[in-house]
Amino acid sequence: MAKDQTPFGGGPGNVDPREVLQELWRDLGRARHATGWILLGIVGISLAVSSYAQVEPDEVGVITRLGRFTTTVEPGPHFRLPFGIDQIIKVPVQRQLKAEFGFRTENTADRTTYAATSQDMTRESVMLTGDLNVAVVDWIVQYKIKDPYKYLFKVKNVESMLRDISEASMRAVVGDHSVNEVLTTGRQQVADEAKLALQELADRYETGVDIQQVVLQDVNPPDPVKPSFNAVNEAIQEKERAINEAYAELNRVIPRAKGEAEETLQAAQGYAIDRVNRAKGEANRFASIRTEYTKAPDVTRRRMYLEAVQKVLKQAGPKVISDESQKGVTPLLHMEGIALTPAVSAGTAEKALGGDKSQ
Amino acid sequence: MKSSGIALVGLGLLLLLAWSGTYTLTENEQAVMTRFGEPVGEPISSPGLHLKMPFADTVNRFDKRWLDWRGDPNQIPTKDKKYIWVDTFGRWRIVEPLRFFQRLRDERNAQSRLDDIIDGETRNAIASFPLIDAVRTSNRAFDDDEYMAKAEGDAAEEPVSIGRDRLTRQIRDRAAAVVREFGVELVDVQVRRINYVDEVQLKVFERMISERRRIAERSRSEGAGRAAEIRGQRERELKSIRSEAYRKAQETTGRADAEAAAIYSDAFGKDVEFYQFLTTLEAYPTAIDRSTSLFLSTDSEFYRYLKSSQK
Repeated sequence: MAKDQTPFGGGPGNVDPREVLQELWRDLGRARHATGWILLGIVGISLAVSSYAQVEPDEVGVITRLGRFTTTVEPGPHFRLPFGIDQIIKVPVQRQLKAEFGFRTENTADRTTYAATSQDMTRESVMLTGDLNVAVVDWIVQYKIKDPYKYLFKVKNVESMLRDISEASMRAVVGDHSVNEVLTTGRQQVADEAKLALQELADRYETGVDIQQVVLQDVNPPDPVKPSFNAVNEAIQEKERAINEAYAELNRVIPRAKGEAEETLQAAQGYAIDRVNRAKGEANRFASIRTEYTKAPDVTRRRMYLEAVQKVLKQAGPKVISDESQKGVTPLLHMEGIALTPAVSAGTAEKALGGDKSQ
Repeated sequence: MKSSGIALVGLGLLLLLAWSGTYTLTENEQAVMTRFGEPVGEPISSPGLHLKMPFADTVNRFDKRWLDWRGDPNQIPTKDKKYIWVDTFGRWRIVEPLRFFQRLRDERNAQSRLDDIIDGETRNAIASFPLIDAVRTSNRAFDDDEYMAKAEGDAAEEPVSIGRDRLTRQIRDRAAAVVREFGVELVDVQVRRINYVDEVQLKVFERMISERRRIAERSRSEGAGRAAEIRGQRERELKSIRSEAYRKAQETTGRADAEAAAIYSDAFGKDVEFYQFLTTLEAYPTAIDRSTSLFLSTDSEFYRYLKSSQK
C-alpha cells in the first residue's frame, strides 16, 4: 500500500488518496480486461498443447502422472492432464532396432556405405576363440522393445547396456568354438547360441528387449594371418584336384579295360562255339561216311583211295614211276606233262634219272 | 481491496508451502529425506507425489534402475603367464539408499569405489586361473574337419577347470560381498573383451600362421596320398580285369577243346582204322602240291594197271 502512495504522496494533502486509488483501480481494471484476455488465451493454448499428444503407429505412449507410471496407450490422439502433470514418453515398440558391432553403416540412402573402421570398432570385433586363436567377427543384433515399462524405468542407458551384453555373449560363445568353426562350419551355431545367451542376459537385466536376430557378418582371421588361411584353402583345393585327377585317370582306363576284357571273352566264346561246331560237323560227317562205308567196305575203300590218289596226282609236281621188278631205269612217264615247263620237267627228269642211275 | 490483496499474498504463501511441502518421484527414482542434514524416516521408493516438511526437509534422490559400471581395460597375466587385456563391465543398483548416501554420497563416488573393488577382484581371479578358463565356458569338443583338427602329438590343450561363467561369478560374488556395505547390490560382472597384449598377439599370430601352414601341408600330402592310392586301385582293377578276362577265355577255349576232343573220339573211336584211312586220304591233297616230286612204284594200287591188267 505504501508503494501506491509514494508517487503521489509528495504533494499537499488536497488529493484524496482513496480517490486516486479507486481511479487507479479502474484504469487497472480496463488494462486488466485486455491483458486478461491475452493471458487467458496463452493459458488456453498452453493447456491445449500440453494436454494433447499424438502417438505414431509404430509407437506406444507411456504415461506417468507426477512421475508415477499409470498406463500405456496405443497409437492415436490422446489427452492428458496439462502442465507436466501427465508426461507421455513415446516408445517405438513396433520398430525393428539394430545395433552393429565391428562396423557402422553410414549411409543407406541409395548405396549402403560403411564408416571407416576405427580403432574402437576393431576392438569390438577382435576376439579369442576356444583354441586360443584370434578371430575378427562383425555382427549385428536386431531387437524390438517388448516391454516399454522395463525399457524405460528398469535400466539406465539401455542402449549401451545392450551393446555391452551383446559383446559379452558373443565373446562367450566364440570363446567356446574353435577358430575354424567360427570361420566356416559353425557360423550359424555361433549366431544361434549368441542370440540365446544375449536374450538370457537381456531378461536378467530387465531391459524389456526382445532379441529378434543375431547375424554374423564378416568373420575373418586377423589380417596378418589371412594369407595363411587362404593358403590352407588353396591346399584343400589342391588336394581335391589331385584326387580328382587320379579318379579321372582311373575312369579313363578302367571302363576301356572292361570293354577289352569283354572282347577277349566274346572271342573265346566264339572260338569255343566254332570249335565244337566243327567237331560236331566232322563227327557227323565221319559217321555218315562210315555208315555208307560199312555197307560195302571194300568197294568204297578202293573208290575213296583211287579218288584221293587221282586228286593228289593231279596237283602234284613231277612224278617218277618205277617198276621194282625191272630192277633198272623205269621209263619216264609224264603224267601231267602239260602242267610242267619242258625245261623244268626235263631237268627234274634228268636229275631224277641221274639220281636213279647213281643207285 | 485489502482483503483481495491479503488473499493474493495468502495464495502465494500457500503455493510456496505446497511447493516446498511436496515433491514427486519418477519411476526410476528413490529418495532419502534429510532434515537439516540429518536423515529422517525410511527411504522412499514409490513413484508419485509425496509430502515433506516444508523448508526443513531435503530430498536426496538416487537412481533406482540398474546402473552400469565399466572397468578400466587392464593388462593382467594369467596363471599360465599369458598377458591379456581384460575389459569388464558390471550391473549394480542402489538397494539401501540411506547407507549408500551415508557411505558414498553419489554415483560418481560409487563408480570409483566399484572400480577399485571389481578391478582388484578381476585381477585376482584372472591371475589365479589359466587363460583357457577366461576364454572358454565348457569343455565342449570342437566339431572340426579331420585335417583341421590338431595333429596327433600336439600338446593337449588344458581342459577348462572352471570356465568363463564361473570365473566371472567368482569375481561378482567376492566384489558383491564387499560392496554390500555401501548399500549397493552388484548383480553381475561380465567379461566384455579379452585380448592378447600386442607382443603376445604377434606371437599368437605367428603360431596361427605355422599352424595353418602345417594344416596346408597336411592337406596337400593327403591329396598326394589319396591320388597314389587311387592310382594303385586303378592298377589293381586293371590287372584284375585283364587277368580275369584271360582266365575266362582260357577256360572257355579249354572247355571247347575238350568237348571237341570228346566228340571226335566218340565219333572216330567207333572205327579207328577207317578214321585213319579217311583222314589220311583227305590229308594228301593238302600235303602234296606242285612242288612235291613223287617217286611211285608200279606196285602201288594206282599204277599197277600200267603194267598189267591182271587181277
